[in-house]
Parts: sequence; C-alpha cells; structure tokens
Amino acid sequence: MYRYDEFDEAFVRDRVAQFRTQVERRLSGALTDDEFKPLRLKNGVYLQLHAYMLRIAVPYGTLSSRQLRQLALIGEKYDRGYGHFTTRQNLQFNWPKLRDVPEILDLLADVEMHCIQTSGNCIRNVTADQFAGVAADEVEDPRPVAELIRQWSSLHPEFDYLPRKFKIAVTGAQHDRAAILAHDIGLRVVMNAAGEIGYELMVGGGLGRTPMIGKVVREFVPKDQLLTYLEALMRVYNLEGRRDNKYKARVKILVHEIGIEEFRARVEAEFAMLDGPSIPADTEELARITAYFAPPAYEKLPAIIPAFEAAKRANPAFAAWVESNTFPHRAPGYTALTISLKPIGKAPGDATSEQMRVVADLAERYSHAEIRVTHHQNLVLPHVKQADIFALWQALGEAGLAEANVGLITDIISCPGLDYCALATARSIPIAQSLQKRFADLSRQRDIGPLNVKISGCINACGHHHVGHIGILGLEKRGEESYQITLGGDATENAAIGEILGPGIVAEEVPAAIERLVGVYLAHRKDGETFIEAVRRLGLAPFKAAFLQEAADAA
Amino acid sequence: MSAPKQTPLPAILLANHLLDGDVVFFTPNGWSRDPREALVAEDRATAEALEAEGVAAFKRQEVVDAYLVDITRDSHGLPVPNHFRERFKVRGPSNRPDLGKQAEFV
Repeated sequence: MYRYDEFDEAFVRDRVAQFRTQVERRLSGALTDDEFKPLRLKNGVYLQLHAYMLRIAVPYGTLSSRQLRQLALIGEKYDRGYGHFTTRQNLQFNWPKLRDVPEILDLLADVEMHCIQTSGNCIRNVTADQFAGVAADEVEDPRPVAELIRQWSSLHPEFDYLPRKFKIAVTGAQHDRAAILAHDIGLRVVMNAAGEIGYELMVGGGLGRTPMIGKVVREFVPKDQLLTYLEALMRVYNLEGRRDNKYKARVKILVHEIGIEEFRARVEAEFAMLDGPSIPADTEELARITAYFAPPAYEKLPAIIPAFEAAKRANPAFAAWVESNTFPHRAPGYTALTISLKPIGKAPGDATSEQMRVVADLAERYSHAEIRVTHHQNLVLPHVKQADIFALWQALGEAGLAEANVGLITDIISCPGLDYCALATARSIPIAQSLQKRFADLSRQRDIGPLNVKISGCINACGHHHVGHIGILGLEKRGEESYQITLGGDATENAAIGEILGPGIVAEEVPAAIERLVGVYLAHRKDGETFIEAVRRLGLAPFKAAFLQEAADAA
Repeated sequence: MSAPKQTPLPAILLANHLLDGDVVFFTPNGWSRDPREALVAEDRATAEALEAEGVAAFKRQEVVDAYLVDITRDSHGLPVPNHFRERFKVRGPSNRPDLGKQAEFV
C-alpha cells in the first residue's frame, strides 16, 4: 500500500492546522458563514439534516487494517458507533460535531488519511476497481496511476476552482467493476498492438439530473504522457465548461453540447501546445509510487485445496456464500473475498465500529492487512488463501457479516436519502430494507440470479439509480414521497441508462412492483440468461406492461 | 422578482447549532434541542419575530440554516411539521429509532 512521504505528511498536517484555525475564526466571527462554508466543504464537512457529516477519502478504495481500526475508533469516540461506506468508496460519519472535526482530522492524519477534496468543485477522490491488483482479467494494477492522479490533482492550483466537481474512476480490467463510464473521466489501462501499456480515456459520463455515458476521447495515451493529456483535457473543461448554471456545469454537458469530436479536437490542440505537464512527475517518483503497490509475497499454493472443497460439500450455506462472495484471484490458491454490508434489514453500506474492528483483525490475519471498499458499498479482503476461507466465514458470521448476497437482488446500493441527507427529496434506506425483507429467502435470490437494484433519494443520483438494472428514484409528489422505477440500466462496460417504466408509486407499492418485474424475467428467461440480458432481449414492453398493470391495480 | 413565499401558520423556528450541528428550536427561553419546547407562532407578528431571532442568532455565530417550519399540533398539543422532510429533521433517521431526537425526547 502507498505510504506517505515527508511531503504528503506535512501537507496533510498543515491542512489540519489550517482547518483548526478556520473553525476558531468562524466561531469568533472573523470568518462569515459564506467564507467558511467552502473551507469546510473542501475538508469534507457537510451540514446534513440532523448534524454535520464528515466524508473521509479512501483513495481508490484501499484501506489498511490500521486505518480501518482508526475509523472504528473515530466512530466510537466522536460519532454514534458506525459509519457509512459510499458509492465513491468513501466513508461518511453522520453525527460529528464541528468542534471535534479538527481532532478527528488529526486522528486521520495519524494513519495517512484525510478529507481533502471529498467535496467542492475540484477533482475528487479517484475511485478504482475493488479487485485492482488481484483480478485475473487485469492488464495492470490501476492504483499507481490513481495515486499519481491523486497527488497531481491535490490542490492543483489551476484545477482547484473548476466549474463543478470532477470525478475520475480507473480500472485495469476489461470487465468494468468501477463504473468508469458513469464518471467525468474513466480511465482504463490497456495494451496496444506493440505491447506497450497505456491508457484509454473516456470523458463526459455522469449521473445526476442529466445522465450520460462516457465517450472515448483517446484510445491510447502513452504512460509518460498521461498527466500532460489530463492537463489539456482539464484545461479545456476549466475554460469552456459553463459557470452560469450549476446544472449545466459538468463536463458531460460540455461534451454533449459541442460533441465528442469537437471536444477531442480542442483537447488535442491544447495537448499539442504543451511541452509536458506544468507539474511533471519524474520517473523516479512514479517508480516510488508503483513500488508500494507491488503484490504481497504470495505463497506457492495448489489451485485446488481439498479441505476447502470438502467444507463446501459438507456445508451448503458456506458453499452458497463462497459462490456469491468470492472472486477469482490471479494467484493460484488465493481468492478475493467480498464482505457484504447488506445484511437483510440494515442500511446498505453501514458498518459499526465493532464490525470495522472485526474486519481489520481478519484482514490482518488473512489478507495481508489490506481491505478494499467497493462502489457497491461492500468491503473486500483481496488476498485470502482458500484454505482460510472457512474460518473467515465463521468469524464473519459471528459479526453479522456473512450475508451470501453479493451481486444478488438484496445487494442494494442506496444513498442515505432523506433519513440523513439535506438534499434528498425522499427516503432511500427504508425502500432498500423493504426490498431486502421481501426477497430475504436466499434460495429465491439465487434463483433470480445477478440483479443490481440501486436507489437514490434525489435526482443527484448518489445511489446510481440510472445504472441499476432496476433503478429507484425517490421524489416528492404532492407532498408525499414518490418513487420512480427505471429498468435496463447498466454500470459496466455495457453501460446503459435505465428507462422510466411509468408514473411514480408510493413506498408501500415498491416491493410488489419490483416483484412484478422479477416475475416477468422468471417467466421469460432462457437457460442461463441473467435479468439484464433478458431485459435487453425482451425490451421494455413486457416489463412496462407488468409495472403499469400493478399501478392500475393499486389505483 | 416575486415576493418570497410566506410560511403558513402556525410555525416554529428551527436551525442547526453552529458548533454541534444538532437541530435546535427557538423557545420562550432561547434555543433548545428539545422540539417539545419550541415556541409556536400562531400569528404573523410572532412569526416575524421568530425569523428575526434566527437572523440575529446566525449573526452571533450560534446557529446556521435557521428557517420557519409550518406545523400542526398533535393530540398532545406538540408541534409536528407538515412537510415530511422536516418531520424527519425533528425526529431523526426513520431507520434508526435509537438515534436523534426521537430517542432522546418522546
């Protein structure tokens, strides 16, 4: 894992000291609220419905056991004993007091963490494939380049006041697990015909009120030209992105308005004028960063472990969990293991301090002290020996963390919604809970197969509803919470925006409506066909008919 | 520009405490964390006085985001916001009855 050098360390400590005095000056009246607000936001401090909220960056979703333990401590000491993992692989605390935030930031700095650029119109925390570095289908670990972008973009003087926020996601694999096409920039590590490694760049994806799928701006950027190319791209956006209307200020709108060809031409023209980036990274620094992401020393293990196979045969519940929660690892005899933070009836992505400690301890014992956060709001132990999986499963079970539902209908993405968020127009968490209860039967979930349900409590789409196979958007309609259902969204390399099935429905009708959609799939699926494949083949019509039938019955 | 929308009456004044972030209510005895103590404005003059209190407390660095919320009195005479958003703001997260005002003040 990446370790701070003296500059990183001093930089983060300085920011904590600055924020401490900014809070003091706000309290003395030396800073007005208008002056203070952007400062607190740039340090991840939001004001939500019931309290402040602190958003902590988890760069490219990678955490150490030590860091996770510190988060557990902060949750216990300064919050209400739990935290919420988000769709941007960050962690949010829902109840910190402003007076305690400088202390919290100090505790974070102690473990090389911070909240810088988790808000505001800057380049945000770079997110990554949660299986980066271990996935068998990967060209190269994308995290060194994510770390490079993090360092380059942190307080970048030119890109600190962009027209709007800017989100970058990276993957090194062909199969997209990082939703890179739903980001302002998506970066994929690729190999060209000459066998050289470089980057394919997508631009202009995004969700929110104007959902767009990212478009390829350059198929191959050589490694040593990446920062220069990013600088050219960011400069075009910074200069030409709209600042008159915040709803039209994201790069996706610029790309959409002038077209990808014109956008590309402007970036290439800017790129041609640059003689390297203004803030270059020397090769030594790149090598230093990359060295930190070298894989741990794996043992030489057989690909098949008889005891593990026997445990699966003897214990169907364990076998079911292994089937849904493990992912093929590039090293023989190892696996990447997903810990579901979606136990039935709990808020998706929430983990108690106690659970964080359990995961931190287990990671230390079984996964080289490394943990990943997924944009699906789950956790991953990336380097687990197959021989250890049974013991791990038992330990996770004791902590309420052995739900065997990864990728299934109850593995729901949900934003905090109106239970916490000041921007929300309706609640999300109770909708997720009602669906989890409705589909709690695991054998039924497994029969339904892979199905992503994603819920947002407002049009800003933090819950990624546009790219859910089934998307649920909470709105206000005539003074009541109302839910719009979309179908056919996809967050992978087959990215698609879901289509609205009909008028909004009330919360109580949502589980039955989803049941009806699942029913159409079960009735029409061919052998081995997943929900989203069936939606693509059948089109919207049969699902729409079932949805509207239900709405008519309810009316 | 059209006139800002007037909050219907009766109404209470709520805000977030600057230092704690907690939701606070203006009462006959100043700000309180207890929604049951909120001063209820039944007439326009009281509502305007409440709004002025909100502005003054903001200027004194005590609260942020102060605004009037229209309410209905429940069977115990306690104020309940008419809009569901403020009902959650006054009670706490609906999925966690152990947290927020709902856990502290019944």
